Amino acid sequence: MAATARPVTPAASLTTAGGTTTKIHITVNGELYSAEVEPRTLLVYFLREVLGLTGTHVGCDTTNCGACTVHLDGRPVKSCTVLAVQANGRQVRTVEGLEVGGKLSPVQQAFYEEHGLQCGFCTPGMMMTATALLARNPNPSDAEVRDAIRGNLCRCTGYVNIVKAIKAAGKKMQEPPAGGGGA
Amino acid sequence: MSTDAPHVKGGIGQSILRKEDARLIRGKGNFVDDVKLPGMLYLDITRSPYAHAKITAIRTDKALKVPGVLAVITGKDLEAAGLAWMPTLMSDKQMVLPTDTVMYQAQEVAAVVADSRYAAADGAAAVEVDYEPLPVVTNPFKALEPGAPVIRTDRAEKSNHIWHWETGDKAGTDAALDGSAVRVTQDLYIPRIHVSSMETCGCVANMDPVSGRFTIWMTTQAPHAIRTVYALVTGLPEQNIRVISPDIGGGFGGKVPVYPGYVLASVASIKTGHPVKWIEDRSENLQADSFARDYHIHAEIGATQDGHVTALRVKTLADHGYTDAAANPSKFPAGLFHIITGSYPFAKAFVEVDAAYTNKPPGGIAYRCSFRVTEAVYTIERMMDLLAHKLNIDPAELRLKNFIPPEAFPFRSALGWTYDSGNYAGALRKAMEIIDYAGLRREQEAKRAKGELMGIGISSFTEIVGAGPSQTFDILGIKMFDSAEVRIHPTGKVIARFGTKSQGQGHETTYAQILAEELGLPADDIRVEEGDTDTAPYGLGTYASRSTPTAGAAASMAARKIREKARVIAAHLLEVSPDDVEWKDYAFRVKGVPGKSKTMAEVAFAAYTNHPKGTEAGLEATDYYDPPNMTYPFGSYICVVDIDKETGQVSVRRFVAVDDCGTIINPMIVDGQIHGGLTMGFAPALLEEIQYDEDGNIHGGTFMDYLVPTAVETPNWETAKTVTPSPHHPIGAKGVGESATVGAPPAIANAVMDALRPYGVDHIDIPLHPWKVWQALHGGGKSA
Repeated sequence: MAATARPVTPAASLTTAGGTTTKIHITVNGELYSAEVEPRTLLVYFLREVLGLTGTHVGCDTTNCGACTVHLDGRPVKSCTVLAVQANGRQVRTVEGLEVGGKLSPVQQAFYEEHGLQCGFCTPGMMMTATALLARNPNPSDAEVRDAIRGNLCRCTGYVNIVKAIKAAGKKMQEPPAGGGGA
Repeated sequence: MSTDAPHVKGGIGQSILRKEDARLIRGKGNFVDDVKLPGMLYLDITRSPYAHAKITAIRTDKALKVPGVLAVITGKDLEAAGLAWMPTLMSDKQMVLPTDTVMYQAQEVAAVVADSRYAAADGAAAVEVDYEPLPVVTNPFKALEPGAPVIRTDRAEKSNHIWHWETGDKAGTDAALDGSAVRVTQDLYIPRIHVSSMETCGCVANMDPVSGRFTIWMTTQAPHAIRTVYALVTGLPEQNIRVISPDIGGGFGGKVPVYPGYVLASVASIKTGHPVKWIEDRSENLQADSFARDYHIHAEIGATQDGHVTALRVKTLADHGYTDAAANPSKFPAGLFHIITGSYPFAKAFVEVDAAYTNKPPGGIAYRCSFRVTEAVYTIERMMDLLAHKLNIDPAELRLKNFIPPEAFPFRSALGWTYDSGNYAGALRKAMEIIDYAGLRREQEAKRAKGELMGIGISSFTEIVGAGPSQTFDILGIKMFDSAEVRIHPTGKVIARFGTKSQGQGHETTYAQILAEELGLPADDIRVEEGDTDTAPYGLGTYASRSTPTAGAAASMAARKIREKARVIAAHLLEVSPDDVEWKDYAFRVKGVPGKSKTMAEVAFAAYTNHPKGTEAGLEATDYYDPPNMTYPFGSYICVVDIDKETGQVSVRRFVAVDDCGTIINPMIVDGQIHGGLTMGFAPALLEEIQYDEDGNIHGGTFMDYLVPTAVETPNWETAKTVTPSPHHPIGAKGVGESATVGAPPAIANAVMDALRPYGVDHIDIPLHPWKVWQALHGGGKSA
């Protein structure tokens, strides 16, 4: 974790003139940020509009679709239903944090190779849920994969290739590291 | 073809990985809500809680006092600018904002502009509106009864009847039915459903007050058509309008119309001189954006005693909501519903459709189908099963007995379409073999003996896609061609731009594959761009499975124009006459002289450095492709369901889809399109429906209530192909994106009715929710 917090200016798009604000410190993808936010600011808008991390998408307003899924202290959450202040002092990981050192994560690589995405709108949230699943169960059955992503809606793929991709990623993660390579 | 046959890297038929994925899997896509401009303002909308009401007052003072709110726009403001109403594609008109009456629940009533997203929402909530409720009509049959409240009092005709449309031989069909040994009649309702692309609609509108340049980033499937519509409606000069359709998070027809929000953001930008962003919530998207289906169908099919079909008569009432804002080609108010004779050689057919206004938002968009093809296929495939049951013939056998045979193509249907190619029996036999149809029937017999409910359903659909030939197809008078502009750079690398716009279909990859095949250059060296009207050639956009049939064909034709010029340059380099040079195995070769050849990359370099006298420098071509005919993809689907007798719950055990879309450009992408289409066919068959109560309140206006399938209930689709190329398309391809949405619902419904057959159930309307199935089981006979 970075030692000093990077102060970020609350985006004009999220502040109301004269509204009260709260100072928060959030670590996102390994970097510590501090900002003054309105208490009602949703985590997803903090990520998208304050930090400019627009890979996390908003697909609904009832916590059904999962396009906004990020990790909060390693657990997948729907960031449209978490206030930014609730993430104060905690670790957030977004789709932008999946790639490490210019190397796609096994889940990203598998979504690419198995045609696990079409329009790409649900994909970031889907991959975050998949990443969390494989961290606790690297060898899930079809039914376990389908159950894990039941809170992530996809309108394009019919899920078949998403299930394939997640299982392929799990398999890849269990292989001994080959060294080098990657897309 | 042997493995060492000449091929080009990334050419046609190869499952290359998608170019667009590099950004999308990294969260680096650029969707409309990701666009951020300096000084950008936000717009939110106040909506009506009533389905029909007089607006007696709108008070904006409280909203204007909300910190951050800059302006409130009402219908009166728009009326002054002549923008309170706007035209629809079907010669009707729709409100941007009402001046006096709201006509559906969630209708836009006022727009609030503020300096933040949250302040705009606060402002929209603070707008106060007084309503005087009016009588509501949500049932189209009641809307047409004498004395029904007239919804559109702005029209000269004081009635809710919009239009009547008919086609076919009425007298001949009546006579043929009268003379048929067997007749089956059935009412079928195909309910209102919503496309629910994962990305909702929205835009960023930016009027530069100094240059007069108006740019709009917009969730649209048809950017060029939008630019022209904007020019015609607003009077802005068309060269000053730029429509950018960036990454689009699914469209399915829902991003063809112009919604009030787009216009309001545009007006707000013009009014304030700032860029203005409008992004709708999911609930707004589900409640107010255009809907699909809502067809009340009465069908009658006739046959001989031995099961040969004779005639088809269909009478339909279409619920269009408060305006006819359907997204159809101008000449077809009921879309291509008259593909309804399907895969069978009816001698006579007659179809009529009446359209009615109701207090609902506009209907008549696609939901991933080519202009009402789904309604047609559902009807004919359900009727074929009902006929099979009546005749006590196996539904597969009845279809095989009746299919238009391969040698009959091109085949002219009773309602006037000329089918390009098909092998319907080939697809059905393949599906039957994969799923072991005979074995399933044996299993079913054994299960029935034990009182268990298992059903097998077939759908053998014929689609009509790729609009379309210019003598027949236009939108607001603009012919439905599409375009490609291909430019080869000196180093042999290519940029190609198209008038279509992918929303997830993978055009950046598949168009590059077509060009790779035609130009002999690797797909990796070909960059495809769409969606910016400043750079792309004019086209009508992507919907109705038209991209491959039109713009894909344009890619081939443009590449072939390039090859013609390149051949002259190649001859110059090879020091022979152009007549002695032929394009073979991806290179220009001197006829009869093996080894003497030039690649396209070599020719491209020469086109800029050493072009022969009498030719222009450069190597590029544009093609506006006007297809000679539609393409007619087809397939046969077989579905196996098990039904829980205690709860009525239907579960799809297996689903085999055999599709034929002609030449396959990228098998991986085609399978992906089929998987997605099947899921969007499964959804309305078993889950999705938008209902309204008698007060016009929407049921299903959020994702809590509107049941988009999750991974849990979605079956594991099994796919296979046959290949019957289109004879008129340059590479033999047909459209594929919608086949499965069209073909799947009747396969599932037929499977459920097949399971319920021992209980005397002929038909239940989709979606086949457990309660309906349970009631049918317990009520016996006809139901629901």
